[in-house]
Amino acid sequence: MIKNKADLRQVVKDAEASVQSEGLRIMICAGTGCVSNGSLDVYAELLDQVSKLDLPISIELEGEKISDSNVTVKKSGCHGFCEKGPLVKFEPLGLLYTGVKVDDVQEIVEDTLQVGKLVNRLVYHSPTDQKEYPKEKDIPFYKTQQRIALANCGNIDPEDIDDYLGHGGYQSLEKVLFEMDAAQVCQEITDSGLRGRGGAGFPTGRKWEFARMADADQKYIIVNGDEGDPGAFMDRSVMEGDPHRVIEGVMIGAYATGASKGYIYVRAEYPLAVKRLQKAIADAEKAGLLGENILGSGFDFDLQVKEGAGAFVCGEETALIASIEGDRGMPRPKPPFPAQSGLWGKPTNINNVETLANIPIIIEKGSEWFNMIGQPNSTGTKTFAITGDIANTGLIEIPMGVTLREVIYEIGGGIKDGKEFKAVQMGGPSGGTLTSEHLDLKLDFDSLQEVGAMVGSGGMVVMDEDTCMVEVARFFLSFTQQESCGKCTPCRVGTRRMLDILERITAGEGQPGDVEKLTHLGEQIKKTSLCALGKTAPNPVLTTTQYFRDEYEAHIEDKKCPARQCEDLATSYKIDPEICIGCGLCKKECPVAAITGEIKQKHEIDPEICIACGACEKVCPVDAIS
Amino acid sequence: MENYDLQKLDPIIENYRGKAGSLIPVLHKVQTEIGYLPIEAQKYVADSLQLPYSKVFGVATFYTQFSLEPKGEYVIHVCDGTACHVRGSTDILKELREQLELTEEKITTDDLQFTLETVSCLGACGLAPVMTINDKVYGGMTPEKIKNVLAELDGSDQ
Repeated sequence: MIKNKADLRQVVKDAEASVQSEGLRIMICAGTGCVSNGSLDVYAELLDQVSKLDLPISIELEGEKISDSNVTVKKSGCHGFCEKGPLVKFEPLGLLYTGVKVDDVQEIVEDTLQVGKLVNRLVYHSPTDQKEYPKEKDIPFYKTQQRIALANCGNIDPEDIDDYLGHGGYQSLEKVLFEMDAAQVCQEITDSGLRGRGGAGFPTGRKWEFARMADADQKYIIVNGDEGDPGAFMDRSVMEGDPHRVIEGVMIGAYATGASKGYIYVRAEYPLAVKRLQKAIADAEKAGLLGENILGSGFDFDLQVKEGAGAFVCGEETALIASIEGDRGMPRPKPPFPAQSGLWGKPTNINNVETLANIPIIIEKGSEWFNMIGQPNSTGTKTFAITGDIANTGLIEIPMGVTLREVIYEIGGGIKDGKEFKAVQMGGPSGGTLTSEHLDLKLDFDSLQEVGAMVGSGGMVVMDEDTCMVEVARFFLSFTQQESCGKCTPCRVGTRRMLDILERITAGEGQPGDVEKLTHLGEQIKKTSLCALGKTAPNPVLTTTQYFRDEYEAHIEDKKCPARQCEDLATSYKIDPEICIGCGLCKKECPVAAITGEIKQKHEIDPEICIACGACEKVCPVDAIS
Repeated sequence: MENYDLQKLDPIIENYRGKAGSLIPVLHKVQTEIGYLPIEAQKYVADSLQLPYSKVFGVATFYTQFSLEPKGEYVIHVCDGTACHVRGSTDILKELREQLELTEEKITTDDLQFTLETVSCLGACGLAPVMTINDKVYGGMTPEKIKNVLAELDGSDQ
């Protein structure tokens, strides 16, 4: 039990010694992605084989000498490079093996651990420059990244509080409790320029200051872990991979705002995050880091996990508060802002998970250090979940201001299967769509806002040339329409009407003037909705009508879907007799036998039978089919 | 639900009695216990917690995690988040519906073996398209893989 500063120092010292004594640490990613690819079996097998190893080991690996070293096998949180999982990392060498299977374990133990030889097939091989990258930091996916919020994800065991303590954990908490008063903490965060990572980008320090100034017998702090944006999973990774950092961040926030009670609201779709956080809270309580009179400083703090029950709107802070109170999660008008009247009518401060994950390091290294990272008005880093039609899917953290091009082509490895980049949806269903003309745009709060998109949660869904933008807009709107809580009319009825129009356009029944109706309705809904869900719901439609107007027109005027995605607009395929070489591949591939022709003769498609599935187009070696 | 002794819910409710904001956790636990939230159980919870039944019903129908219908032994969630959508989740859903003879309206098989639902995002976008069966994650799905996955389940419970 840690009762005071001296106890904490001792515990930290022991934890650091224990990390030291672990020697070579083999971290197996136990994030959701790698687990579903079988990483837990790899973990079990490694654990078993390493236990039979003659320890200590002395080898030379990648030019570094490891002598008389222990070997420890551990599970870690998400490393981010989900595409290449299961991932196995060797610390302190920074060596990374990708796509590791149970059958590889014996070779890892015999070759790498006993002889110091790399297992070449497990080393990352870059398809773009054909080079091999044994070390994580050299891999193009990681090279431009700067990990602050995700610093520990993948490097420590999230279920072991000692591992967090051994890596500098809870020392920022000690610093604020003994060296700073609440106003100073708020000022430090304001000076750092940190802006909320959940969507709107409001300055965190100012938010804290509002809550601090509120006068009340009871104040609350809430961690918003209701990460509902489809295509975003950074908060999940932090909660699963480094739960103690979230706890430390919220404790510092509680101290700064004067809250003695806190809730971490986690969406119900994240059972592992709930489990890890609950364990972390229980461990912190047991250690004396949560509860009454923490470290003997007189600061009391009680923290609980609250599970959501599946409602996207609960990401909105007043709806989230209603949900914690046990009601339907419906937003209410602001003001009063939660900082004045929030949970149970008391002053409440709400921060996003990633925002809080940045707090301990800002306290540790200072606001000046944080200011040096990123852009003047968007300091620090931002995590992005890059997904969709991109070669390297995964979770990344980059300084604010890196360009879209760098993210897609350097970190992301370009578009999948060598296709052309078409668009990227930034910030989930609330965000906007960016196109190739924005590739050199800097990714920060203000630059994105200027072009109608937003950083949002950091979801980044990349789409290739085969994607129909009208269908994408319809998809997003059907999502927000479904998730509209129904309280205010503009959102409830307006999104429904917009969806009706989009549905008829994709069904081939679009009418002249539909695009104007969509933009008019969209602008109205933005202006008049009660909460951010409605205010941002039209964004995907407004940006796609702006940047892909020709696609809307093709659907409406010509009844054609240029990307051939809208089934109702599918037209039959044709073979160009000038190009056809009569190879017969298309005939073989056609699922409905619509193609006739003899080998080495021109082939033909019967438009009556053709279902426009596109299978023939894909196999044609000479591109004769369109 | 027939013959279910509602008093079995008492220990669950007892734990939360008098605590503010306890309706959602109670409903979660009741659903885990019974498998869904039948009207009778909702009324029982309302009476026990001294809440209007309208409030309990309102909450139970507001959140997608709560179900008013019994579910199958295997609950399949097909992710239709953006990343999964652009990587072909619609085809996965189509194939599952075909194999299990389900539709958009009819989501549970008659023998209560399977329930098929879509979810907006499971946060496993790196593995798109993704589905889960009773919380086990299946990544990189293709319509071809589905047959094997379903066959595996049929085998495992016999």
